Amino acid sequence: MAEEMQNNLKGKAWKFGDDISTDHIAPGRLFHLRTNMPELAKHVLEDADPEFPNKVQKGDFVVGGRNFGLGSSREHAPTIIKISGVGAVLAKSFARIFFRNAINVGLPVLICDTDQIDPEDELEIDLSTGIIKDITKGIELTFTPLPDVMITILNDGGLAAHISKYGDFKLE
Amino acid sequence: MGKTIAEKIIGEHAGKEVSAGDIVVAAVDVAAVQDGTGPLAVQQLEKMGLVQAKNPERTVLFIDHAAPSPHKDLSNAHKILRGFAKKTGVDLSEVGTGVCHQRLVEDYVNPGDILIGADSHTCTSGALGAFATGMGSTDVAVGIALGKTWLRVPETIRINVTGEFKEGVFAKDLILYLIGKITADGATYKALEFSGETIEKMAMSDRFTLSNMAVEAGAKTGLIASDATTRAFLESRGRGDKFREITPDEDAVYEEVVEIDASTLEPMVSAPHTVDNTSTAAELAGTKVDQVFIGTCTNGRIEDLAIAAKILEGKQRHPDTRLIVVPASKDVYLDAIAAGYIETFIKAGAAVMAPGCGPCVGVHQGILGDGEVCLSTQNRNFQGRMGNTEGLIYLSSPATAAASAIKGEITDPREVL
Repeated sequence: MAEEMQNNLKGKAWKFGDDISTDHIAPGRLFHLRTNMPELAKHVLEDADPEFPNKVQKGDFVVGGRNFGLGSSREHAPTIIKISGVGAVLAKSFARIFFRNAINVGLPVLICDTDQIDPEDELEIDLSTGIIKDITKGIELTFTPLPDVMITILNDGGLAAHISKYGDFKLE
Repeated sequence: MGKTIAEKIIGEHAGKEVSAGDIVVAAVDVAAVQDGTGPLAVQQLEKMGLVQAKNPERTVLFIDHAAPSPHKDLSNAHKILRGFAKKTGVDLSEVGTGVCHQRLVEDYVNPGDILIGADSHTCTSGALGAFATGMGSTDVAVGIALGKTWLRVPETIRINVTGEFKEGVFAKDLILYLIGKITADGATYKALEFSGETIEKMAMSDRFTLSNMAVEAGAKTGLIASDATTRAFLESRGRGDKFREITPDEDAVYEEVVEIDASTLEPMVSAPHTVDNTSTAAELAGTKVDQVFIGTCTNGRIEDLAIAAKILEGKQRHPDTRLIVVPASKDVYLDAIAAGYIETFIKAGAAVMAPGCGPCVGVHQGILGDGEVCLSTQNRNFQGRMGNTEGLIYLSSPATAAASAIKGEITDPREVL
């Protein structure tokens, strides 16, 4: 179950606006698909961009604005973003529960100035150095480092893997 | 250095003194999931080989979001929860019992507790002086199995409220006003602490409304010091012995203090598609409404139904406006029947439905048509929230909702009071 985190990510940016809610990512009208995550993933973010679930490629990035993932506690939201192959979510800021859930399911979430990134820009991200290269623009951005506890959980492949490994929290 | 309520409660549960910014592992008193998040929590526990509950009598699985089930897949999801409850001895709150947050304050959470719930509005219980916060399925699954969680001790923003509400203005108007002022991410990662003479005089039901919506400003929880009102509420629920005084130190350090004079507030409405998109009801007056929904963990308590019933007594809903009423719990429902409110609603043309989340989550019981407008007492108006991205959701107090149901358009409740 534990997948080793890959430090070098490369893919294309899918740009979204501010306030992308968990209802945009995994809407309530599909509540019945919550026990069928691969099926739910076929609808990921379709209420924000109907093209996204069909066209997203493995390794692509979701690039949001302010307060990405606001709303519900549904862990299904980051989970189906990860299932769709997305390498990381970048945003100017994240809602708290989404941020925590993303780390728990092993999806990197990076806080950076996403105004600099345009749709379809090619990005290369090194999680270990904290540098985002926008190849299309020839610029470099940095992201706010995660707290150590989250890096530990992310490196273990998520919270379930962390607990399976140690039988308890081993964060200090 | 003085401590905030959040620092005091988390410190007690971590077994050491803590300050904002610290990261600790803390004991969990109450853990809860609902039917949208619980099945995944159970699957995660199975995956981790931890099909167990540390505190079964204070672990609760709620069937409230899709109750009764409108779809076979959801019926099967409910079976997962029932099976886990049978295996581990945890409590199961069945179809018809009510919304998790109302049931948690009625029967489970006490001042000084840490509650983690796999539902964002878990912050509701903060009004009892408990550190109550929403998390995802895996976090709560671990909390169920091991009786602990990791927490970052949040900075606290104090919301100090003075002055008396004008007629027709309620706690819901205060919280909508506050979120409009500090915005939907104004308190991200932080705790809110509501204080001041207006809060001290406020009924428990109104305090729950404030704490319920803390997450709509991004907050981790919405805390209120426990006092005589808290004690009376616990006594009314047969838990008077669980009362503890939980207060911040006088010299507690706050990141910010927001002062609000309640006497200056007006009936408020949030317009689509974010909660911080607020206006006064008067400014939006005349907006046609297809559906009015009175209920939810925000405003489905007996005091909320009393206000709505007072306005709807002897009146009829507008012929072009549907009216849906959902009591927040079985006990609220029974009290509303005894008080005659349910008869008032039905005679006014309402569809009254079994306790639960009702149409708020977009699963069933009032999904909007394309372009339709709903005025709801719920806490959230995101695009697609009520089952259709083409629906338009406005949020208000029960008084504004009831008045608008009669007029068929958004109406300042003082027009009918």
